[in-house]
Amino acid sequence: MSETMTDISAIKLSNAQIAWRAAQDIEDGAYVNLGIGFPEMVAKFQPEGKQAIFHTENGVLDFGEAPKPGEEDWDCINAGKKAITIKPGTAFFHHADSFAMVRGGHLDVAILGAYEVAQTGDLANWSTGKGGVPAVGGAMDLVQSAKRVAVLTDHVTKKGEPKLVASCSLPLTGVGCVTRIYTSLAVVDVVGGKFVLREKIPAISFDELQALTGAPLHVEGEVADLICPEL
Amino acid sequence: MDKTIASVREAVSVIPDGATVMIGGFGGSGAPIELIHALIDHGAKDLTVVNNNAGNGHVGLAALIEQKRVKKLICSFPRSADPRVFTEAYLAGEIELELVPQGTLAERIRAGGAGIPAFYTATSYGTELAEGKPTEEFEGKHYVRERWLKADYALIKAELADPHGNLTYRMAARNFNPVMAMAATYTIVQASKVVELGGIDPEHVITPGIFVGSVVEVAKPAQEEELNRAEAVYP
Repeated sequence: MSETMTDISAIKLSNAQIAWRAAQDIEDGAYVNLGIGFPEMVAKFQPEGKQAIFHTENGVLDFGEAPKPGEEDWDCINAGKKAITIKPGTAFFHHADSFAMVRGGHLDVAILGAYEVAQTGDLANWSTGKGGVPAVGGAMDLVQSAKRVAVLTDHVTKKGEPKLVASCSLPLTGVGCVTRIYTSLAVVDVVGGKFVLREKIPAISFDELQALTGAPLHVEGEVADLICPEL
Repeated sequence: MDKTIASVREAVSVIPDGATVMIGGFGGSGAPIELIHALIDHGAKDLTVVNNNAGNGHVGLAALIEQKRVKKLICSFPRSADPRVFTEAYLAGEIELELVPQGTLAERIRAGGAGIPAFYTATSYGTELAEGKPTEEFEGKHYVRERWLKADYALIKAELADPHGNLTYRMAARNFNPVMAMAATYTIVQASKVVELGGIDPEHVITPGIFVGSVVEVAKPAQEEELNRAEAVYP
């Protein structure tokens, strides 16, 4: 990165802020699956008056918060194998039913992490392609069949390389599946095989953002300021 | 009819070398630890195992792999908090891995139990996990053909069982257990409690006894997570 560029580490959104922004778009009553790790934070930031129902693919709908340490019941876990709790409204079901909910298009939103997202909506998030032990879990099922697939990610890799790219270089999780990307700098939609910039943090210019993006950013109408609370 | 058996040792003694064995559970939740440990004691080897994961620590499925009884694993996510046993065996070329997306794995097993040889799913279309598989377009969307998955035996963890093999499960420990019970030629169940006929409300039966071969009571079954926190090693 050239010295004239803004130091993005000082201005970018935190993971919690990215999750907060994604949470604002979830409709009341939506059935939502959150990927393991940082996407799980979305559940904490549901806006007042909007209640989503969360699905975890090992077989629970509408679960409660994590129990206190020492109070875990290891029969009651989420897809990340972390202990959860039940609450009024919780439902248990077996794995084939769980993925019937996914594959049958009953899930409104799936929110996942990404290694790369292409301007075509292709997603790579399961394999770095470097050997070792491959593991896929439910990601390929979720991205092909949820009604809306959104990605939460840093805008660039730790080395500063774009994660929003013209075409993915890593093994694909799904083809043409992502419709919205919440990054540490912007909100970008995938429309007709191109990236459309919807929001960006005020501290970065369009040209700076474009330089950190691996494919053209298009503008259709207004680009809103992406402003999140301190979290 | 009484499908109850006195011990886990006797229950798994029917499993021969080279068998395909489905093992219920998602991580430690719903994993039939006592049946797996009995299978290790029994000694059957060259097994093909179907499970969502590849074991954690040195108990349960990880212990079965560590004892070199598994020649092939069919799973979706061979990682865990402590995946060393599988990872070392895999990188040493000692165990074959068939990686299957989680929902496809569940549906292949369900299809096996339901007598459906193949089905189409959008899952994995356009990815390397679909390579070599037939595809077809339905209503403008691309789908991959996947085959059923069946087993010689299934090892299942249930909460309640009756002598006919009617089963209930506990919380998220249900996971793969009901579909695996359907997909095996012979299903062996460990239940936390065996009740008399009529002891399970018919409205509450999750797995009807027609899918079950034998039932053994294991009161207060071990939890993989707790064994691993205690750094347990089996045997």
